[in-house]
Amino acid sequence: MSDETKPGAAPDSPEEMSRRQFFMKMGVGSVAVAALGTAVFGYQYLSPNVLYEPSPIVDAGKPDQYPPDSVTLDPQTAIYVVRTAEGFFALSAICTHLGCLTAYKPDLGIIACPCHGSKFNKDGVKIAGPAPKPLPWLRMWLNEDGNLLVDRSSAIAIKQLVRV
Amino acid sequence: MANGAANFVDQVRENRIWRSIFRSGTGDSNLRRALFVQQNVFLHLFSVKARRRTIAFSATWYLGALTFGTFLILVITGILLMLYYHPSVPQAYSDMKDLQYVVSSGVFLRNLHRWSAHAMVFLVFAHMFKVFYRGAYRPPREFNWVIGVVLLLVTLLLSYTGYLLPWDQLAYWAVTVGSNIASAVPLMGHKIRFLLLGGTAVNANALLRFYVLHCVILPFAAVLFIAVHFWRIRKDGGIYAGEASSEVTGK
Repeated sequence: MSDETKPGAAPDSPEEMSRRQFFMKMGVGSVAVAALGTAVFGYQYLSPNVLYEPSPIVDAGKPDQYPPDSVTLDPQTAIYVVRTAEGFFALSAICTHLGCLTAYKPDLGIIACPCHGSKFNKDGVKIAGPAPKPLPWLRMWLNEDGNLLVDRSSAIAIKQLVRV
Repeated sequence: MANGAANFVDQVRENRIWRSIFRSGTGDSNLRRALFVQQNVFLHLFSVKARRRTIAFSATWYLGALTFGTFLILVITGILLMLYYHPSVPQAYSDMKDLQYVVSSGVFLRNLHRWSAHAMVFLVFAHMFKVFYRGAYRPPREFNWVIGVVLLLVTLLLSYTGYLLPWDQLAYWAVTVGSNIASAVPLMGHKIRFLLLGGTAVNANALLRFYVLHCVILPFAAVLFIAVHFWRIRKDGGIYAGEASSEVTGK
């Protein structure tokens, strides 16, 4: 028997593919497609589509309950409601360093993080510590009932006060 | 009297039932002693013979074996703790408190689990330092060093995932900080944090994911890599015995 008749033998012309090469490419290709599909399905399965997390929009109550020139922390929702002489604004209480809950120090007039010592002033501007960014201002508005609402998911770039 | 006891042991080891389990019988010859190791599913990972020098205390300080010992304690106490622990919010915290104050021996098992975890991390590092300063990581054992680094990472991840499970303030903020560190990875950091926590905050999903990682995925990985680690000792010519000995590598 000569070599040419063997099923796995190399083809005569370089463009041609032997049966073995064809099946090898088909096999490797289908395994690659299956692996890619598994990766995509795996990623999608591991990312939850519905989150049973608290709403980002928080009802901060009536403006009157906040005394003038005050900084009030709600630890459950991690926001500060700040009342100045001009109006109200909401500040995220989550440290921009690694996500710890900060606390307002009334005697010093600053916001401090207990984890790694970052310090911010009442406007959220960083004074000291490892935090890379200031505390973001959050969108705040009054609803029909006259309650202050805060959207924790939307930071505002231009600082605006809510005047009541 | 001691002879009588030895005779009894020999009789048991020559017994038909014993021989059906351990085919080698008594260890009255080197061949049978070697067969005992070679034919045992667990022991066959190891060499049938070892140089006396390599099993001396000074060679290893038994740090690897002690690490494995703490791992076994952690597996046993961990499985027992799982019988009382629900990975749900806020039940997890009260289950942890129940283990401490209500369950018989619960506080002992929980503390044993905790201290063994600390000891294991310490022993893994001590083992690595010992291997490093003896030069036992060098060829032909370089790949087993790599397996060891993987086992270090698995140990640290086990430690980290276990840290969330008590669901107390320490756990919550430690994992908040840790998962935010993960989100510092360029480009995909926030995706990694989202997948790790199963959400945008440390919450019920995060507790469940950490529980599954801690009790299923990471222990499986640890057992797998520990098996390879032990088997590689034999394949790489036994425990490193120092420069003076003739290596099996033939170099």
